[in-house]
Parts: sequence; C-alpha cells; structure tokens
Amino acid sequence: MTDETTRPGAQPPGGTTEPGTAAPDTGTAPGARTSGAPDEAVTDAPAADGTTPEGPPPAALTAPPAGWSNPLRDPRDRRLPRIAGPSGLVIFGVTGDLSRKKLMPAVYDLANRGLLPPGFSLVGFARRDWEDQDFAEVVHDAVKEHARTPFREEVWQQLSEGMRFVPGDFDDDHAFEQLRKAVDELDASRGTSGNYAYYLSVPPRFFPKVVQQLKKHGLADAPEGSWRRAVIEKPFGHDLKSAKELNAIVHDVFDPEQVFRIDHYLGKETVQNILALRFANQMFEPIWNRSFVDHVQITMAEDIGIGGRAGYYDGIGAARDVIQNHLLQLMALTAMEEPASFDAGSLLAEKLKVFRAVRLPDDLGRHTVRGQYAGAWQGGAKVRGYLEEEGIAPSSTTDTYAAIKLRVDNRRWAGVPFYLRTGKRLGRRVTEIAVVFQRAPHSPFDSSATEELGQNAVVIRVQPDEGMTVRFGSKVPGTSMELRDVTMDFAYGESFTESSPEAYERLILDVLLGDANLFPRHQEVEESWKILDPIEEYWASHGRPAQYTAGSWGPAEADEMLARDGRSWRRP
Amino acid sequence: MKIDLTDTTASKVNKALVQGRRAIGTPAVGMVLTMVIVTDEENAYDSIKAAEEASHEHPARTLVVIKRHARNPRERTHSRLDAEVRVGSEAGTGETVVLRTYGEVSDHADSVVLPLLLPDAPVVVWWPADAPEIPAKDPLGALGQRRITDLYAVENPMEVLEARRRTYAPGDTDLAWTRLTLWRSMLAAALDQARATVTSAAVEAEADNPAAELLARWLEARLRVTVDRVVTAGPVVTAVRLRTEDGEVVIDRPEGPLATLTLPGQPARRLALKVRPTSELIAEELRRLDADEMYAVALRGEATEETPAHV
Repeated sequence: MTDETTRPGAQPPGGTTEPGTAAPDTGTAPGARTSGAPDEAVTDAPAADGTTPEGPPPAALTAPPAGWSNPLRDPRDRRLPRIAGPSGLVIFGVTGDLSRKKLMPAVYDLANRGLLPPGFSLVGFARRDWEDQDFAEVVHDAVKEHARTPFREEVWQQLSEGMRFVPGDFDDDHAFEQLRKAVDELDASRGTSGNYAYYLSVPPRFFPKVVQQLKKHGLADAPEGSWRRAVIEKPFGHDLKSAKELNAIVHDVFDPEQVFRIDHYLGKETVQNILALRFANQMFEPIWNRSFVDHVQITMAEDIGIGGRAGYYDGIGAARDVIQNHLLQLMALTAMEEPASFDAGSLLAEKLKVFRAVRLPDDLGRHTVRGQYAGAWQGGAKVRGYLEEEGIAPSSTTDTYAAIKLRVDNRRWAGVPFYLRTGKRLGRRVTEIAVVFQRAPHSPFDSSATEELGQNAVVIRVQPDEGMTVRFGSKVPGTSMELRDVTMDFAYGESFTESSPEAYERLILDVLLGDANLFPRHQEVEESWKILDPIEEYWASHGRPAQYTAGSWGPAEADEMLARDGRSWRRP
Repeated sequence: MKIDLTDTTASKVNKALVQGRRAIGTPAVGMVLTMVIVTDEENAYDSIKAAEEASHEHPARTLVVIKRHARNPRERTHSRLDAEVRVGSEAGTGETVVLRTYGEVSDHADSVVLPLLLPDAPVVVWWPADAPEIPAKDPLGALGQRRITDLYAVENPMEVLEARRRTYAPGDTDLAWTRLTLWRSMLAAALDQARATVTSAAVEAEADNPAAELLARWLEARLRVTVDRVVTAGPVVTAVRLRTEDGEVVIDRPEGPLATLTLPGQPARRLALKVRPTSELIAEELRRLDADEMYAVALRGEATEETPAHV
C-alpha cells in the first residue's frame, strides 16, 4: 500500500504491477492495493484531457523505470510504517473549531509518529488577514493545546516550514490565484509532487462555490501521475435530492473515487474492530443471525445540548444529523455479510446490500419516535429546553431525539428488529451497539432461580471507554441455586494502549494514502437517505416531537415503542 | 500497593499478586503479555522504569529477575528468594514483581519465573545488559517468544554482533536494530520518491557503532551494493548516502534531532529524526511478537558474499 501511493506515476493507467514485482504490502492493510490501482488510473484522466497541468513534475520523477519496486520495502519488514507519499493538505475554513481541535492536532500527531512524508505541507485558507507566520502561530497553539502526543520542537520545525496561509473569500478569484501559486511554490520548494488533498471544513452551502473555484483555477486537475482529492464532512445533504445535488456538484470536479467523506466514527478503533470481532473469530459469527439474536440496539447519546449550533441544527434534527450517517453505518457493519476481501470495493458492496435490504415499519407512527429536550436539572446543573435555546423558534418541530425501528429483510436477519436511537441532553455521552440474544429455549432451573436472569448480550462500546462487554448469567455464590447476570469486559485502554490514535489521524493518513476503506461512498449516502426520507416526511406531517426531561434517557413514547414489541431499551 | 516477601517461593508470590489485586479492587486485568527482565541491581531501576512506561501501550506483568552475589562463602551456600510485588499505580498499568535470587536458586531462576507467567499470553525476555551468549538456549530465554538483547550494552559490540549472527534463532531481536526503525522508514520513503536504482551507498557513524553496522548490512542485503562505513565523530549514525545515477539521496543528521533529506533534483527538506528513549524502543519491540525476519537478514547481511571488500 505504502509503496503504491508513494510512487506517483509508477503505474500505467488502469494497469497493475505484474505479480513478480507486486508492491510489497506492509501487511497492515491487506487488499489495499486494489483500491490504489484505480485511483492512479483516474488521476491520469483529467490531466490528459487538455486542461493545463500546472507545475513541472520534479526532475527525479521524469523517467521512472517501469516496474520499479523499492528494494528497501519488504512484506516481512513489519516495522516500517505506512508513510504517506509526498503530498500536501489544503484546509478551507481553517479557523473553525474542527480544524483547530481535531485536524491540526491530528496532522501534528501524524508527523510526530513519523507517518508524514518529509516535505509535507499544510495550507490554510480563510478570511483572515494573516501572514504565513500568523497561521503557523495559530497551528502551534492548537497543537500545544489539543495534540495527543507530546510537543517536540524538531517535529514542529519540520512541519512549520511547510505551512502557508492564503487569505480570502471563496468567491475571490485573486485568492484562488494565490492558492495556486502557493501550491506551485510548495511543489518546487518542498517536493510535494503535485499531490494535494483539499479538506472542505466549511458549511455545505459553500461546497459548490469552493469546488467550482478549484476547478476554475485548475487546482482540481492533477498533473500527470499525481492526485487531487477532496475531503468533505457531514452533512451530506438533508435528503436524497439534496444529497444527489451535492454529489453531482463535487463529482463534476473530482472523480468519485477521489472524494473522501469523513464519518469520524468509522475511524474509531472499536468500529474497525467490529469487523475483526465478527470475521476474525470463530465464536461470534455462528450465532450472529436470526436463530440466536433477538434484536439489536444501536445508541448514540450526547449529554450536551445544541450549544451555539442553533443555526445549523434547527431544521436538521437528530435523525438527519446522526442516524443517517453514523448509526446506519454502525448498523451496516453489524449486519453485513463477510466481505470478499478487506478493500473499499468489497466493503461497499456488502454495506449496500444491507442498506437495500432495510425495510421500514408499516406503521411509522407506532415504530418511530422523535422528541425535544425540555428544561430541567441535568447532572447537577440547570439547563434550558430546546425551545428556549437561543435562536430557536418556540414553534420549532426539530427533533433532538429520534428512535426508529428497522428490519433487514434477508436470510440472516429476517424478523430481527434493529432499534436505532440518538439524542441530545440524554443521561450521559455514550455510543454503543448491543446485540441482544434470545433467552435459552429451555431452562432446567426453576423460575425462582432465574428470576433475575436477563438476556445474553454482546455490547460493543464505541465511546467512551472503548471496548466490549459480554453479558451472561452466572450462579450466585451460596447454597441455593440462584442465577444473576454478570459481565465480562474487554477494554481497549486496558489491553492495548492509552495512546491509541485519534479517529482523525487515521482518516487523514488514509486520505493521503488513498485508502478508501473507512469512508462512506456516495452510493451509501444516497441509500441511507432513502431509508430516512419516508420517516422525515411522515414526521413533517404528523404531530409534534414529544418532550423529554433533559438528562433522562428520552421520552416515554420511546419506551412504549419498545414495550409494544415486548422489549425494553438497555440503560447504556 | 507494594508487598514484600522474604525467603519466599513462586506460589507465595502468586498469592500475593491475587491479594494485591483484590485489595485495589481490580480482580481482572487485561494484561497482554509477560515481560521478563533479567538484570543486575545496577540496571534494574532504569529498565523497570522503561518497562513501566512501555506498559502504558502494552499492559504487562513484568517479572524482574535480579541475581544477587553473596559476599562470603557462608551466604553462597544459602539459597534464598526475595520478592517485591507491586500492583496498581506503582506498577504502570500492569503488575511488577521484582525477584531477587541469592545462592543456588540464581542458577534456577526459570523455576521461579515459570509459575508466574500469565496463562496463554506471550512471553518476552529482555536483557538490558549481560545477555547470555546464546539467548535462545538460555533457560530463561527459552521461555520467551521474543528475546531482546542490546548491543549498545556490551564491551565489544562488533564481536558480539558476530556471535549474535552465528546463534540467531527466530524471536531474537536487538535494541540496536530497533533504534534504526526511524532511519529505515525515512530511507525507504526517500527511495520511494527518488525511484532510482542505487549503485553504491555509505553509512556514516561513530566508530564501532553496532546500529550503524546493522544498517549497513541491511542496505547491502536489500540493495545488493557495497556499503562504505565512514567513521565520523558521531553521535551514533550521522548520515546515510545512497548514490544513484541521478545523484545522491542523503539523510544527514550531523547533530540533534533534526535531519536533512536531500533528493536529486528536489529541494532539501528537514525531518525530525530523534534518538528515542529506551521505553519507546521497548514499546515498539512489543508491538509485534512474531519473529523479526528482517533483523535476521540484516544480521547476516545476505548480499555480503557477492560484494566483498569492506571493513
């Protein structure tokens, strides 16, 4: 993998290396090669169609010997990490919160771990009257405050030499001209080889403008043998129609293969571990089906309110904000069949199969619930209700809590409901997937012995306290036969590291490497809107959100929704 | 929490471990490996510290075996085992047992260690200094999947390096090799960019530096070219030059943690290349517990037969 992406222009378009000289795979990303090859193929296309490729390719790249493979790399050499090839990252909206708290620290942490190429460059674009030094200063502060790894002067020096800042508005042609110059200058002075990822950390209404400007100024066209990628954050539209429009706009400029949609949940270790848990082990998969599973609950709860995001949140709501992307992705990973291999294409195929097999309940009124938090005391502090939040109209029907029931109509899951819920101002911040198993078909113990016995469950704790819990019954010590639920725990912090990488580190590195495994593709986005749209339409025309006490686990209606099925929500 | 046991046995140590865990309320722990450190009093403090820091990444049960030398003949006949059990905050994220052996039991330290190994979990044996001649044949070494030695801690590194080459067994590894990972990954990345065939190479380092020798042998084995050893004032490895038809690929680190990378036809770039502390080396070492074949390749310097004339 490393080899592939760090060798710009190595491959003939669409071609693969012959088996004998196959790129040594470091073993960390089996199958990643397959995702590399098409990437290279498509990047060649725009440069060839007559648009001006800018910046002369660096001298050393002019005549790469065909079939060259790096003798210093060897699949047996597992110590050598995946290092991104020569490249740069351009961040739009670099003054935003996400950029300061997540992106910049992640870039530094990657550099600190030695995973960025020498010469890696970071370009900021924003409406500020800054010089390069001012920008470096801002990054410096952000890194010091938020980076995961200790601050080291030499790493900082290496990074800061490649920092540039371009001031301007998104409709300012001059600013994009400046950006083009900055990019060309970096190719010459830092050897970034024309490889750039554009991170659009801006509200979606600016996407069309920014990508059009990139196109207009030739910034989206990769020179021969290099790549240009776009990285976008949610929301990916607010319904199927707008999602399609957005995709059309971005794909008009960037090839679909070169568009990376960030769903930071997919960068989390526990989420990646779902596939390892299911497909690398023998003991879970045999019971991972309708014969043994009673139902699945996927929860993402936040204890905070909407804070200052009223403008963004009102009219969007919890279902669009969270269920459409994060929860449906978690559900797909939980429910999907084994992929043919661990590459982006196979994963996409399996996830799409799940999305297409999803069926909504016939009576949406009985099997979906939405709510709004009402003012109350939460965890020792008095908080306002949603309708009293600043910038929210008292008549708003935006949901801050949503719970839905879905079925997956295939042989594995027929009859097993998937309950998805999310909300703000709930009991505590937690995300988990609980696979709840059926009760034992027969119990030799009498009913008094098993009174306190619940259902077995496998709970994947996505955050915080990442890990996994298995719940099962056990005999209470003593002379009488009495059974009670106990848990068996696996915690990441316990068995591996307190220093497991942040999701953004992993995702940014994957963008630079061109590894699309952990990024939802546009088909997935569109399929998930198809699931959510009918629910949103029903809600728009039926009733109002139920009120729930801030700090509780949601409205009473949600409990009733499960009670109708003879089940109850877990307390996460 | 710390429990001291004098004149004790392995089963009493096991009891103390359970007792310690109960007392601090964590009866189950997710330790992933057992780390056996074989050392003397002099090196014990630093190595325990390094192991505890590494345990933040790899929670482990650390068994420290310290052989004590009796001062008079009477004590020499008397055999004794003292243990110090540390659990909780005093032992990083895992548990640490310091075992001091006196007299004859020193020759049978493996009998003490064996009952204290975690079930199923892999075992790593580390000699911060004074490693046995053949690590894999050592009674304690034989317990481990992975045996870590350190060529920096010997009197005649080049001689010992030869001995390591002769006695190599899968699972052997050396911190001198671990120290090279950053260099090697930068060299591989540089060559990814240069994309040229290397015709000859040079490693510049202080005299008798075992890491530099391993690096040179690795380059010889992989590139199949002659690698010159150039002696500089140090510290450690100062530069590597790979000569290609287009020019030289150079990583130059004259001093301090900041190095310069030069590629033919491209601007020079700076990169951070620091000398890492032992705890980071150990943490890296524990990331993979299967045999390090590339270390074996570097030890042998496979291509050396074809390209004689060096040293």
